[in-house]
Amino acid sequence: MNEILAEFLRGYTATNQWLAILPEILLALLALSLLAVEMASPKAARAQVGRVAFYGQLFILAVCLIGCFTGPATTGAEPLFSGMIEQSGTTQFMRVFFLLCSLFVSYLGGIYLERQPLARTEFHHLVLLVAAGMMLLVQSAHFVMLFVALETVTVAFYVLVAYGRNSVGSLEAGLKYLIMGALSSAILLFGIVLLYGVAGNPALAASSSDSLQYSALAEFISLHDGNLLVRLGALLVVAGICFKIGAVPFQIWVPDVYQGAPTPVTSFLAVASKAAGFVVLLQLVQGPFAGLGALLVPVLSIVAAVTILFGNCAAVVQGNLKRLMGLSGIAHAGYLLLGVIAVASGVAWAEGAVLFYLFTYLLGSFAVFAVMTFAAGTDDTDQQISHYQDFAKEQPFLGGVLAIGLGSLAGIPPLGGFIGKLFLFIAAFQAGLYGLLGVAILGVVISIYYYFGWIREAFFSHYNETVPTKTAILPSMRDRLLLGFLAAASLLLGLYPAALSLLP
Amino acid sequence: MDTHFLHSTLLLGSIIAPLLAGVALLFGASFGASLRRSITLAGFGIALLAAVILAANFDAALAGGYNFETKIDTGLSAVGIFLHLGLNGISLPLFLLAGVVGLAAGLYALHSKAERPHLYLGLLLIMQAGLMGTFASIDIFFFYFFHEFALIPTFIMIGIWGGAGRRAAAMEMAVYLTLGALLSLIGLIALYANSGAESFSLAALREHLAGQPLGEVVQSNIFALLFFGFGILVAIFPLHSWAPKAYAMAPTGAVMLHAGVLKKFGLYGLLQIAAPLLPDGAANWFPWIAWMALGNLLLIGLVTLAQRDLKMMLGYSSVMHMGYAFLGIATFSAIGAGGAVLMMVAHGLSVALLFMLSTCIHHRCNTFNMDEMGGLASKAPLLSALFVAATMASIGLPGFGNFVGEFVIFVSLGADTATRWLLAPAALGIVLSAIYGLRAVASIFFGPPSEAFRERWTGDAVTDLQNHEKLPAVLLLASLLFVGLLPGVLSGPASAELTHLYPEAVEVSVFDQTVRGETNAGQMEDVHE
Repeated sequence: MNEILAEFLRGYTATNQWLAILPEILLALLALSLLAVEMASPKAARAQVGRVAFYGQLFILAVCLIGCFTGPATTGAEPLFSGMIEQSGTTQFMRVFFLLCSLFVSYLGGIYLERQPLARTEFHHLVLLVAAGMMLLVQSAHFVMLFVALETVTVAFYVLVAYGRNSVGSLEAGLKYLIMGALSSAILLFGIVLLYGVAGNPALAASSSDSLQYSALAEFISLHDGNLLVRLGALLVVAGICFKIGAVPFQIWVPDVYQGAPTPVTSFLAVASKAAGFVVLLQLVQGPFAGLGALLVPVLSIVAAVTILFGNCAAVVQGNLKRLMGLSGIAHAGYLLLGVIAVASGVAWAEGAVLFYLFTYLLGSFAVFAVMTFAAGTDDTDQQISHYQDFAKEQPFLGGVLAIGLGSLAGIPPLGGFIGKLFLFIAAFQAGLYGLLGVAILGVVISIYYYFGWIREAFFSHYNETVPTKTAILPSMRDRLLLGFLAAASLLLGLYPAALSLLP
Repeated sequence: MDTHFLHSTLLLGSIIAPLLAGVALLFGASFGASLRRSITLAGFGIALLAAVILAANFDAALAGGYNFETKIDTGLSAVGIFLHLGLNGISLPLFLLAGVVGLAAGLYALHSKAERPHLYLGLLLIMQAGLMGTFASIDIFFFYFFHEFALIPTFIMIGIWGGAGRRAAAMEMAVYLTLGALLSLIGLIALYANSGAESFSLAALREHLAGQPLGEVVQSNIFALLFFGFGILVAIFPLHSWAPKAYAMAPTGAVMLHAGVLKKFGLYGLLQIAAPLLPDGAANWFPWIAWMALGNLLLIGLVTLAQRDLKMMLGYSSVMHMGYAFLGIATFSAIGAGGAVLMMVAHGLSVALLFMLSTCIHHRCNTFNMDEMGGLASKAPLLSALFVAATMASIGLPGFGNFVGEFVIFVSLGADTATRWLLAPAALGIVLSAIYGLRAVASIFFGPPSEAFRERWTGDAVTDLQNHEKLPAVLLLASLLFVGLLPGVLSGPASAELTHLYPEAVEVSVFDQTVRGETNAGQMEDVHE
């Protein structure tokens, strides 16, 4: 017995290549050092914490990119940490993706916190932890790893959503997110346990002692795709992830939480949390659940169709912009599901289409959320479409960024979002999802109404009397650089989509 | 080899020049009026100049292939998309049309009193770049892409500089046209995915589908997507309601380019892509095209009769005239398609001229309501002469391009017993357009002036056309007469190309004869006048 354990530990330590997760380690160290900086520095200097966090992340991003270009420290086939972690081109891309997200969130958080009497350090600390957790989440190749990483992310998000403790809306959102998050974790865990139980049953062929490892599970499921427990477990796992991506019928928390959470946190939830969910879903349908296509494709198709229609129709009547972004984000989840379904039905390159779409969604969403952060005023939860009356005249720069962001989300050429939709549609067509494509078109047409309506409010002057608006912060040179980058990247990806393939 | 390089660069330049000029102006809030003027003229001028030079060097013997080809990888080659440019006999006339109307719109817009003129001219130039690109694209993805490129500035221009109902009009147009654009995009993707050509290039698709045509059901489905998608963009009845409102609200430059050129995108797509590649699908949908086109001709014709607002009337009449082009396409013959090409060019020129002159009338009368006008001819004889000429052209008087186009379409309808019954309602359409056209001329230019209008007569408030108004008007009218009197210049390459695309080679000789006959008739008519 001891020998077996010793053998296991030797095998375990041999695969512990800490260098392979250097960016995550650096992020955690940076997060801890922020707390130390806060304690050590005098009160007046504490405003600098945000700057430390920002430049620290820039450095880690550089490390990550260098890692990408010099090739991964390990080949994908080699098990890391006893098969807990697996790295691939996709995971490398997603690490950069999440780092970009956390960079923007830290930056916007700094702007948000300037207007609020709230502690600064903890905000940045938590953002860094979420980013590290998400990076590990998409690299996990084992359900235990997946769950631990997911909980790290979710617990940090509970705090972040309720961060505006001077605002009733934020506290309410925190409570709702806590309850719904706990529920979704429970569902996910229940699914995992069912799979563990059935795949660990020695009476069944291909059972494994490490049945939560993706490859072992994939082998088992490919032999037992008709097993009731396997099917139930897989459906529950998918349902748990559907909470994270905000797909119907698990979207119920989205509008309230998006509205209540501080705008930078909302953007984090909208982009990074959703993207993490989709990448996990992609890994599952290609990995352990590859044998369950016959079950998952119809289920996900129904979910996608309802999600697209619900998100768009609900957003049309929405006057509060944070809720509108939440609901339109639900619609985007529906479009993205098209790509996942295409992957599940055998169109392998659709994975690239989903990643491309996620990246354009990042650029478009952060452009819009950044403008919203600048225009929010003191009451962050109250952002109405009517506040944007004559916005472009008073703030031509922010207006331009807003138009490009919304245009990209709506999928208008020549912006990146259009190419993203084009790829998804081509993939869906090749997978033969004609009905879903029809629904998606209907959704895009409906979405024009609210995206264009917002642009119209900001750009086209009214004839009737003016309504109260908020005064936006005038962006500084540095802000302009960041916002300009988001807008220019959207445009670049629309005109030259191959620019993204520079990233591995 | 060298000249090929020169010409293909010129083709690319015709897109890039207005684009660069447009972008420069968008960021040129601080430019002076004269710099603005030079940049605008350079953008539009280079586009037209390139179009004319390319037309002069066009080799119709290459029919079936493309002149001046270039192929650039823009990072979408993985899915078979290249920036693949070139001209054939069908695209050349429209490419020229875009150049001419663009310059006219630019010349007129230079003297517009719009706020933030740099933005206005910049958007117009970006629109022009999109238009040139649309008709120069061989790749059907870029064909679509450039169309959208031209469409976005239209929304913005209506929204910022439009008339009183602009917010609603811009929204309705945006929703309608997005639906049309997406349907046609899915249709194009379907064509790509089903053809197995692994390429969005029209040339490759054509080659591939000639070898192994698609099954009838697939053809029929894809044709439906393209027909309804393109149909919405051309404002086919009953999916037309966005057009008159948007045109009535749009600023002059935008409406000249949209109604004159951009709207032809859908017809061009049907002619160049849908009908030749999906012949069985087109045949299945023939009754739909015919009946919907009749809706355009007769129902919209009657609606036009009821309009008292000049711009609304022009908007509806431009929707109505699309019916003839649809009928030409519906015959699915080289002759009908050729007539549709001529009709598109002539209609584009005449409708741009009419919309421009309607703004000139508004400057003098301060209203678009025709009941409040009257007797303008005595104060502005040149304006009235030009307006009468443009109206006559749009009714279809011999000598103007519209007549040739309509006549050839009629011949094509008569050539086949299956379509002969359409002649009577189509002729009725001409009667309708004569009634509303002449009534408009009468109530604007002749008869006693209204009370309100008479008060402005004293003094110099009401003048005849100024130089900046004359120049674009004369450019458009001259082009219209050119198409009317020498249609062979455009129909020659077009018929050579259409012989390749559409099967009935026998009828093409009829087409040539007709055109030649028409040319003589047109010249004779001119002598009479």
